[in-house]
Amino acid sequence: MPKITLAGVTKRFGALEVLPPLDLDLADGEFTVLVGPSGCGKSTTLRMLAGLETISGGEIFFDGRPVGALEPKDRDIAMVFQDYALYPHMNIARNMSFALRLAKTPASEIEKRVKLVADMLNISHLLHRKPSELSGGQRQRVAMGRALVRDASTFLFDEPLSNLDAKLRGKMRTELAEMRGKLHKNMIYVTHDQVEAMTLGDRIVVMSEGRIQQQGSPEELFKKPANMFVAGFIGSPSMNFITAVLEGRGQETFAISPGLCVPVPSSAAEAAGGREIVVGVRPSSIHLEHPRGIPIELRVVVSEYLGAQTVVAARTPDGTEVLVEIASGRRFCAGEAIIMQIVPEDILLFSKESGLRI
Amino acid sequence: MSASAFNRATPYIFLLPAAVVLAIALMYPVGYMVWASFLNWNPSQRIGEAEFVGLANYARLLSDMQFRESLTVTLAFAASVVSIELVLGVGLAMLLDRKIRGMSVLRTLFILPMMIAPIVVGLMWRYMYHPTVGIFNRTLKAIGLEPVPWLSDPGWAFVSVVIADVWQWTPFIFILSLAALQSLPSSTMEAARVDGATRFQTILYVKLPLMMPVLIVTALLRMIDAFKVLEVILVLTNGGPGLSTEILALRISRTASEFRELGQAAAMSNVLLLLLMALTAVMFVYSKFTEMRSRRQVA
Ligand SMILES: Nc1ncnc2c1ncn2[C@@H]1O[C@H](COP(=O)(O)OP(=O)(O)OP(=O)(O)O)[C@@H](O)[C@H]1O
Ligand SMILES: [Mg+2]
Repeated sequence: MPKITLAGVTKRFGALEVLPPLDLDLADGEFTVLVGPSGCGKSTTLRMLAGLETISGGEIFFDGRPVGALEPKDRDIAMVFQDYALYPHMNIARNMSFALRLAKTPASEIEKRVKLVADMLNISHLLHRKPSELSGGQRQRVAMGRALVRDASTFLFDEPLSNLDAKLRGKMRTELAEMRGKLHKNMIYVTHDQVEAMTLGDRIVVMSEGRIQQQGSPEELFKKPANMFVAGFIGSPSMNFITAVLEGRGQETFAISPGLCVPVPSSAAEAAGGREIVVGVRPSSIHLEHPRGIPIELRVVVSEYLGAQTVVAARTPDGTEVLVEIASGRRFCAGEAIIMQIVPEDILLFSKESGLRI
Repeated sequence: MSASAFNRATPYIFLLPAAVVLAIALMYPVGYMVWASFLNWNPSQRIGEAEFVGLANYARLLSDMQFRESLTVTLAFAASVVSIELVLGVGLAMLLDRKIRGMSVLRTLFILPMMIAPIVVGLMWRYMYHPTVGIFNRTLKAIGLEPVPWLSDPGWAFVSVVIADVWQWTPFIFILSLAALQSLPSSTMEAARVDGATRFQTILYVKLPLMMPVLIVTALLRMIDAFKVLEVILVLTNGGPGLSTEILALRISRTASEFRELGQAAAMSNVLLLLLMALTAVMFVYSKFTEMRSRRQVA
């Protein structure tokens, strides 16, 4: 289970630079999740790790050994493709066993492993069908199965659950989480879904436009996002950003925006490097009542009942949209004016110019 | 007529004109040929005046040694050219299925032979095969080897016509295979690479099976053509020496024009037609069979 290092890896497609130099260290046996918006270079990174895409610069090391020039088959990897990439002419059983058959695994062993994985993925009843006779979600599970029957040391997953329904996705997530504990293999997992990222990842790498915005444990990313991009990307519903003006009043400095006044430590005020600052508040940090809460004036636009939780979309007096997530119970009417309380410890401050957290 | 019955009949009504045209254009000549094969018909007679002889023409074919010889030559010719062309064409396509600059120029060059009229191909090769001034024998002589009796020895003559046909028709298979290869989903090939397949294994287990439908149709088209090839051989050897290159088409044309036995020629054509239909059916059944088998395979 190699330690994987990307050292200044770049990728260009012709003149288009997709990945600026990328440095990343993945520890042995770690479950790494790459997240980021569509087109940010997640698949490209994964495909370079697999050896399917040449690297335009830098080098990839597995346990200190450069692998940039190696064929995929010499890298001991298994991969789940974003578009499944099943073999159309083989039935599902043969699809799953292809790699094992190439590796001359004994037939009894192949059968055992295919059965085990097919049971786990709930596709045992499909083994005799052709890929064209399956639904998208079923194909995706077969693609997953084809990787999992193998005994590779590194698994690469490119959005392997994106086409499943919520329930199945939840189940597969649990299965994967369980497998991660048991197998002790390197897993690199690409997803859009930050719930998947948070629940599966030992380490999450947030990318945007080919750059790594931040990497760390799920808690680190959630509690200490490095910048506004990460703060907005991690967590659902996403964080509210309110632009405020810094104002000194006596000894103290406040970030002031219509309907909101947040005390700012002087160090932060200096770091802001300007008159404006961005206040970040998670929807779950705004309550109806809080003993030490910082009041915020809101006007309700709509409320969405989600069962145990209700998400209220509201606006501050100057029109900035703010989402609030609170326990259901009270009903909100559109247009209703209300003062809510922000938990002071949960407030994050960002520089308006650089977007970095201060 | 009820509305629903009318609705069901609508598609057939639309098909009717095409069906009629097809019936006339296709069935009439074939029917004519079948009818002619039951006649003892001389080109100077009108068809109505010809004597009806039943299956006599077919019966004569059975004992006609020259017809049998020609059938053997045709089968040998078709089998050789189609298999050689398939191997070469598919092999070339595999080699050239990559992004190379100037690929489109190369591809155009490759298909040039296909665009030349068969008569011209025949003439061209006849000069090249010429015993003294042809390029082959001159080259052989220049490097100190014995000249080869390209067209004058029965064995060599067969090889020579096979070579000429391979030269002209390999590009056809190459082009179709290349198109088939390039339309294969690239991520499936990538999956095979990740699964540990070597280039050769990818070709054997993934590319070829996926190309199979195209290859079968291509092979069938070539096979049909090879059974009917005429001009090149006519120009190159005119069937000789002896009967060594007298393929069926040549025999049929001779029977009709030289021996003036139209009924006999029609009977031969019908045998050829039946043979081709049988081949097509066999290939169809075979592909269905492999399809079924691949479904039943376990792990
Ligand atoms: N073969 C290619 N040629 C040119 N540009 C490409 C190629 N493949 C990818 N790109 C570009 O590289 C960028 C990154 O693509 P990539 O597939 O890695 O995105 P992604 O993060 O996986 O997105 P998604 O979440 O939508 O799958 C995109 O802007 C894309 O347009
Ligand atoms: Mg992608």
